[in-house]
Amino acid sequence: MATREEITSGLAEILEEVAGVNPDDVAEGKSFTDDLDVDSLSMVEVVVAAEEKFGVKIPDNEVQNLKTVGDAVSYIEANH
Amino acid sequence: MSNVDVVVTGLGATTPLGGDVASTWDAMLAGRSGVSRLTLEWAEQLTVKIGAQLKVDPSEVIERVRMRRLDRSEAIALIAAKQAWADAGLEEAGLDKERLAVSFGSGIGGALTLLNQDDILEESGQRKVSPHTVPMLMPNGPAAWVGIELQARAGVHAMASACATGAEAMSLGLDIIRSGRADVVVAGGTEAVIHPLPYAGFANMRAMSTRNDEPEKASRPWDKGRDGFVFGEGAGAIVLERADHAKARGARIYARLAGAGITSDGFDIVQPDPECKGGIRAMTKAIRDAGLTGADIAHVNAHATSTPAGDMGEIIGIKAAIGTHPVITSTKSMSGHLLGAAGALESIATILAIRDSVVPPTINLDDPDDKLDLDVAAHKARQLDIPAAMNNSFGFGGHNVALVFTRA
Repeated sequence: MATREEITSGLAEILEEVAGVNPDDVAEGKSFTDDLDVDSLSMVEVVVAAEEKFGVKIPDNEVQNLKTVGDAVSYIEANH
Repeated sequence: MSNVDVVVTGLGATTPLGGDVASTWDAMLAGRSGVSRLTLEWAEQLTVKIGAQLKVDPSEVIERVRMRRLDRSEAIALIAAKQAWADAGLEEAGLDKERLAVSFGSGIGGALTLLNQDDILEESGQRKVSPHTVPMLMPNGPAAWVGIELQARAGVHAMASACATGAEAMSLGLDIIRSGRADVVVAGGTEAVIHPLPYAGFANMRAMSTRNDEPEKASRPWDKGRDGFVFGEGAGAIVLERADHAKARGARIYARLAGAGITSDGFDIVQPDPECKGGIRAMTKAIRDAGLTGADIAHVNAHATSTPAGDMGEIIGIKAAIGTHPVITSTKSMSGHLLGAAGALESIATILAIRDSVVPPTINLDDPDDKLDLDVAAHKARQLDIPAAMNNSFGFGGHNVALVFTRA
């Protein structure tokens, strides 16, 4: 079982790889689009990479609810 | 003949000879070859194991995350276009972007992305296919990215006429400015498909040189020992500008794009007309469009790709349309054949030949074809006063484009 901190840091790695986001900027309160400048196509890549990294399924209709890093961490924590 | 003068105010390129125009031109004048043995593993399985790979990989110029969204052909189109744009100094000049258009093509397009993503689809399923796949492989992708980068708002055009694409891009750029639709056009061509599938396809047409043990000697236009073209990758871009616009802002002017001629053979999907009838008509139209006669053309940067059939047909054409006086060359002997980018790179070479009064050499012309009876700048660059010069490009499908550049 990964902790919230571990999930956040795993997402930070993905965000850096896919969208060039500085890992220091990644925190639970940050919005993917407004704060981290992740566009819709990059978000698809983030989701696919997160599914692989954390062994979860993130259905498309769930992705729209993942506005912030914290939303994604909570979803992964509850479903992996 | 048009009463609107169009001039060249910016040049950009990334090629097998150099990562920019200056290094590429220096290499050409020095007679260096950009062809080498491919170091890619797959090449050992194919009959053709050589190519003209970029001297500077685009990943050294464009940052990693951006590269993830760009096909290689798009990345190098952006590199060449940005160089040309900076060279022209138009950002500083405050150009109205509603007067800026783009005319940029590729012969084969985003095939690297198509093939690589298909591998991913087959191996890992839909979920792993990049969401950037479509904008990376679409044939208008390079033109569109250049338009976005430069914020061009007068129209972005992408043409595909195989190995005549880069030259057709220049011709369309000329038309756009003459018709008043834009004051400035960034025109160019790009190609980056060094991959086993296009290699296998061209090799099976017996169109490519198999001189695998002497890569630097493989591209040898008009030589008796020529056995096909050498596949190359690269991009070239030219800023075309209405002459009075350029003069009003005090721009440095390289040359005039004085005329263009486009024809089609209506003959065969791959074979050139052996009598070069379409080529002759294109050259004749271009000369007339420039308000000149054949006698005015001092130099021709020929299409000559080093194939047994094509090279000599063009000689017939040059003699018929221009005469026996021009000093001709094929810079493909050094750069390899950049397919959709060839007409752009060779336009740049033609422009610089005019500027510097020098014809770049045709290397490897050791044993000229018996029917070669024109003056080729063989082996070494040759000083020559060039008031006007022509660049020819011919493409699979029977596309013929001739461009006439003159001293500004």
